[in-house]
Parts: sequence; structure tokens; C-alpha cells
Amino acid sequence: MGGLALGCLGITAAHATTLTIATVNNPDMLQMQKLSPQFTKETGIKLNWVVLPENTLRQRVTTDIATNSGNFDIVTVGSYEVPIWGKAGWLAPIKNLPASYDVKDLFPSVRNGLSYKGTLYALPFYAESSATYYRKDLFKAAGLTMPAHPTYTEIEKFAAKINDPSKGIYGICLRGLPGWGENMAYFTTLVNTFGGRWFNMKWQPRIDSPAWKKAANFYVNLEKKYGPPNVTSNGFTENLALFSQGKCGMWIDSTVAAGTLWDPKTSKVANEVGMVSAPVAVTPHGAHWLWAWALAMPKTTRHKADDMKFLEWATSKAYLKLVGKTFGWVQVPPGTRISTYDNPDYTKAAPFASKVKEAILSADPNNPTLKKVPYTGVQFVAIPQFEGIGTEVGQQIAAALAGQKSVDAALAQAQKATARTMKEAGYH
Amino acid sequence: MIQPTSGTITPGRSGATQRRQVRTLPLLLPAVILLLLWSILPLLQTILYSFQHYNLMEPPSAYNGGLNYTYLFTDSSTWTAIWNSVVLVAGTLVASIVFGTIIALLLNNDFPGRNIARLMAIAPFFVMSPVAALIWKNLLLDPVSGLAGWLMTLVGFKPIAWFSVYPMVSIVIIYSWRWIPFATLILLTALQSLDTDQLEAARMDGAKGLARLRYIVLPHLGRPISIVVMLESIFMLSAFAVIYTTTNGGPGHATTTLTYMIFIRALNDFSIGSASAAGVFAIVLANILAFFLIRAVSRTLQA
Repeated sequence: MGGLALGCLGITAAHATTLTIATVNNPDMLQMQKLSPQFTKETGIKLNWVVLPENTLRQRVTTDIATNSGNFDIVTVGSYEVPIWGKAGWLAPIKNLPASYDVKDLFPSVRNGLSYKGTLYALPFYAESSATYYRKDLFKAAGLTMPAHPTYTEIEKFAAKINDPSKGIYGICLRGLPGWGENMAYFTTLVNTFGGRWFNMKWQPRIDSPAWKKAANFYVNLEKKYGPPNVTSNGFTENLALFSQGKCGMWIDSTVAAGTLWDPKTSKVANEVGMVSAPVAVTPHGAHWLWAWALAMPKTTRHKADDMKFLEWATSKAYLKLVGKTFGWVQVPPGTRISTYDNPDYTKAAPFASKVKEAILSADPNNPTLKKVPYTGVQFVAIPQFEGIGTEVGQQIAAALAGQKSVDAALAQAQKATARTMKEAGYH
Repeated sequence: MIQPTSGTITPGRSGATQRRQVRTLPLLLPAVILLLLWSILPLLQTILYSFQHYNLMEPPSAYNGGLNYTYLFTDSSTWTAIWNSVVLVAGTLVASIVFGTIIALLLNNDFPGRNIARLMAIAPFFVMSPVAALIWKNLLLDPVSGLAGWLMTLVGFKPIAWFSVYPMVSIVIIYSWRWIPFATLILLTALQSLDTDQLEAARMDGAKGLARLRYIVLPHLGRPISIVVMLESIFMLSAFAVIYTTTNGGPGHATTTLTYMIFIRALNDFSIGSASAAGVFAIVLANILAFFLIRAVSRTLQA
């Protein structure tokens, strides 16, 4: 079929190329796909979209690049992959951006997260941190006020007061679905703020430390008492649905949810939702995460110049304006450009804008923990083995949450498995 | 001196055979070569990988002796996975044979609407695994919006989060739902070939219903049951879709079977080396099982 397409193109237009783009099926990417005919009209470059769920995308793209298959010209990658793949030479560096692109307008923390040794390897499509969402009406009815910077002790107190399962309202919704990008993204921020860390400076896992135990007991206890039933099957999407249907009193999760929660078309509680910083326990280090979805070129691409045109188009100021005009300003991909947050159109449509900006600016992947660590990344550890480790530990945490085993047993198993993986990978 | 004599005899003999029968090797060769390429090469490749430290995220790969196997056999989660596979296969087998026999016996009777009932009983087998899994996960077993949860609240119980409290039981229920129809189909066909004269004779000799079932019907079903056991074990050993769609092998390792463990190692950890080692081990286990199953089946066929 590729040969046929190439043959046809050869006849119709001498210069027209088709770029194959692999991306995630998140709402912001689906908008990009809908708007892409505009790009084809401007440049004559045709686009072939491969839209997949996050996990499947990661499997497809990783195997594609690792085996030199070269099926994709542009891939969607996250903050976790970019430094690792940049180091491995899997991504083509981003060079010679025109002045009109205004690379300095990208949030510095986001830009750093997409670089390896000072070289940019991907351009951010949207970026997120984590924050606390709460229901203003429920807080008012219970006579509570949510501070701008809550602590976990306060959160537990609030959850107890608001929890009312007979009316279908659960005190606090949190991620429970196992996976390194699901429950472990949230749970790692909890461990960080309780003073824990994944590894010490010798790359020895510290999952059996008191900080992990405290964090895990707090989490299991909180969700068992004040969480919805079946927490272990709730990931980001499930919690978003629960909160927007008015079933959660509080929810600590990605700032990207704000666009959905504040939009009356997609949320029943659009007028009642409030947003404050992610809670803190012992230390503010790593209490909220930083993640960016970005577009990059695999080393196997044959159309670098055309790829760059699309990368610049999809992450430009003009694109954000196009989304604002077409879908409404509240829907604009957040977190990438400082100028978005100075734009009155956006700040008016998105009352959460300043909180998101504050969270993204203050997240520091280079100092994610209280004690020193040999790795970067707030809610992940930027080493190739982390996908395996995070998935395994995520399963153990979920087992503890489901009551299949005790917190101590789950953490002991997680520590053992992680130590094993690190040994297998040759760290010790 | 001896050599020439033997030399003269041999060509004569082979010449004689050549005249009588066609050389089959050249005709078979293309098929055999294709088969070898198709099955043996990937196997050899897998064995080769199983002796390498080969992580897609960390090229290049390098020979690391039997380390992958050492890690595989000293890892307690390997044995958990094997045990889970056994529970899954055995649980589904028992359920599908017991319920398959009962349903087949019921459907073998004459009653109005029998054809529709038969069709309905067999239909689940044609539902694709991921679809079946999604229906069970979201419409039936979900504690908030599922039928089971609603029924339990009707009678005053708290709804159960099936996939986190009884994960393996839930998986076995879903697979049984898919495979009971298969057993029913095979057993029903077998029942229809049962000689009615024999049953009639037994009845006239005064044998009660239960005795007729015990001494005539069930022995007659022995052969089809052994075929169900063989086919279902082969399919269930590679069961994957329902686990992937519902529990992702969790919580903990509660529903991680050997197949799912290999998938996680290959496509989540990208550790091709250790996934291959586990794969080779799975092949050995499956072959041991197949050896006994085929022997058992051929014995019942000869009897």
C-alpha cells in the first residue's frame, strides 16, 4: 500500500510527501488531528495519523525505533522518554528553530525536561503538573475552607467530613489503577513529600524505608475510608469521569483535567470546582509532578525538513490561537508557553490558569526529593528500567490497596523485585 | 575387493525402488522447508535471545550465559505465574465440563423452542475475548454500575469489587462463560450419537434415571470430554485477552499467568532476553503437558 501511495504521489505532485505521525488518543491530540488539514493546506504536506492509547503507543514506538523499522516520521513522547532516548541517539536533535518560533517562550522547566545535555530533542505539545481539585459547594456546606497550600493532615480531615457514600459522594478520589504512569505517578509524589525516594546515591532501592511505609499506610487508609469502591481500577480517565459527575469531594491529579472540569459541556460541576496546590506532608520537594507530551523525530525518519515544519506548526503560538478560535480558549493545550498565560483571552476563559502556571514553574525534576538522589524526574526515575520497576511496584501498591496483602508485605515484595531488576540491569 | 561388489548391488536395488515408486522427497521439500523456516527459526531465535542481556531500551545486546534462566528460576513470581496458569486452566476446565455436561443433557431433551435455546447456549463462544471481557467488566461485575452490584444491593448486601477482591475467580468466570458453550457443543453432538436402544433396554431392565446416567451416558461422554480437555488446555494456556482487558495481571500478581508474565517482560520491561528465557520455559512446560494429553486422548480413542 505504501508503494501504491508513493506511486500515486509521484504522478500527482512531485514534492508532496506524507508524514506518518504516532500520537496518544488524549483530547488535545485529537484536536490536533482535527486541525491538521489546515497544515496540509498551508504546506502541501500530507499526514497519516496513527492514534493509539498511551501504553500501546509506547510499545509500538519503542519497538519501532529499537528495531530500526522506520514506520514513523514523527512520534509523540513524554518527559520520561526524551532524555533516555536522546542519550541513546534515538531522536534527532531539534536545531535551527526560526526566531518567529520564540523558543524562549517555552516554560524553562518544560524545555529542560525535553533536553539531554543541553540539546533539545522534542518540542512540547502540552505540559502538566498536579494539583488538588475540590468541590466548593460541599466545602461550604460542611463549613470548611480549603487553604491555598493544603497539607496532607488537612486533606485527611476534609475527606472525613465530606465523605457521604449514601449520597454517592466520596471524600477523596485518587489513582489506584496499577501502572508506572497511573497509580505510581501520584504515589511517587506522595512518597516524595513524605521524605522518601526511589534510590539512594548508590542506586540501592529505598522502598523498605520508613517514609515509603508512612506514605503507603496513609494512602491505603485514606482511600479505604473515604475513597470510591473499586479504587484499584480507577486511573486518570476514570477519576476524571467520577469528579465531573459530582462523585468526588476532592481529587489530586493532573492539571490538564482542569480544561474538562471547568467546561460546562463536559462537567456537571463546572461552577463548583476549585483548584489549589497539591498537598504537602513533610517536604515540598516533589509534591507535585511535571510531565510534558512532546513531538519528536525518530532517528529513522527520512523527511527531517518536513517533520520540522509540522513540529513547529503544532507547537507554535499560532496553533494555540487556532485552537482558541476553533474550540474555545479553555480547550487550548496548556503548560507549554509563557505567552499563553499572559493572554487575557485565555486567563478569562480559564480561571485555573495562574495555579497551573505556578505549579509548572515550581516543579523541579532535578531536585525531586528531600534527600539527594542520582536520578531526575519527579513522578518517575529517568532510567530505562523504570517502566518495569514502576509497573511491578504499582501492582504491589494496588494489591495492598485492594487488601490482597498487607502494606508491609507489599513494600517488601516491591523492594525485593526492584533490587532484582537493578541487579539484572548491572547497577550493582 | 569387497567394495565394488557392494557398490554394484546398491545401485541395482535403489534403481529397482525408483522404478516402482516416485521419489517423494522433492515434492515434500518445499512444504518442509517452509515449515522449518516458519516454526524452527523463530524458536532458534528465541533460544538465542534467551542467552543474551538484550533490553530494547539499552542496546546493544550481549551474551550473558545462563543468567536469564538463573533469574527466572530464582524469582518467586515465576512460580506464582505458573500456579496461576494451572488454576486458570483447571478452573475453566472443571467449570466447562461440569456445566457443559449439564447443559448438554438439558438441551438433549425435547422441549418447545429447543433450537433457539441451543443457539443461545452456544452463542457466547462466538463473542471475541476482549469484547466478552469488557462486557463483564463494565456491565456485569462493576460494583457501581454493574448488574451484579445492583442485584446485591437489592437483597441488602454491599456490592463486591470483583476484580480487586476475587480477581482470579472473576477471570475464571469470564473464561468459563466463553468455554462452557464449546464443551456443550461437543458433548451435545456426542449425546446425539448415543444409541437410544441401549438406554431403552436399560430402562426396561429397571435402571433408574441416575443409574442410566452413571453407567451409560457418562461413559459414552468419556471420549468427547477428553477431547474438550485437550483443546481447552491448549487454548487456555495461551489465554491473554481477558486478563489484559480486565485486571492487567493484578492486583499484585494475583492474575499474572505465565503468558501474561512473558508479555510484561517483553513489551513493558522491553527485556527481550528474560522474556525469551521465560518463553523457552513455557514451551518446555507446554510440550510436557501436550505429551501426556495426547497420550491420554489417543488411549481413549483406541479403547
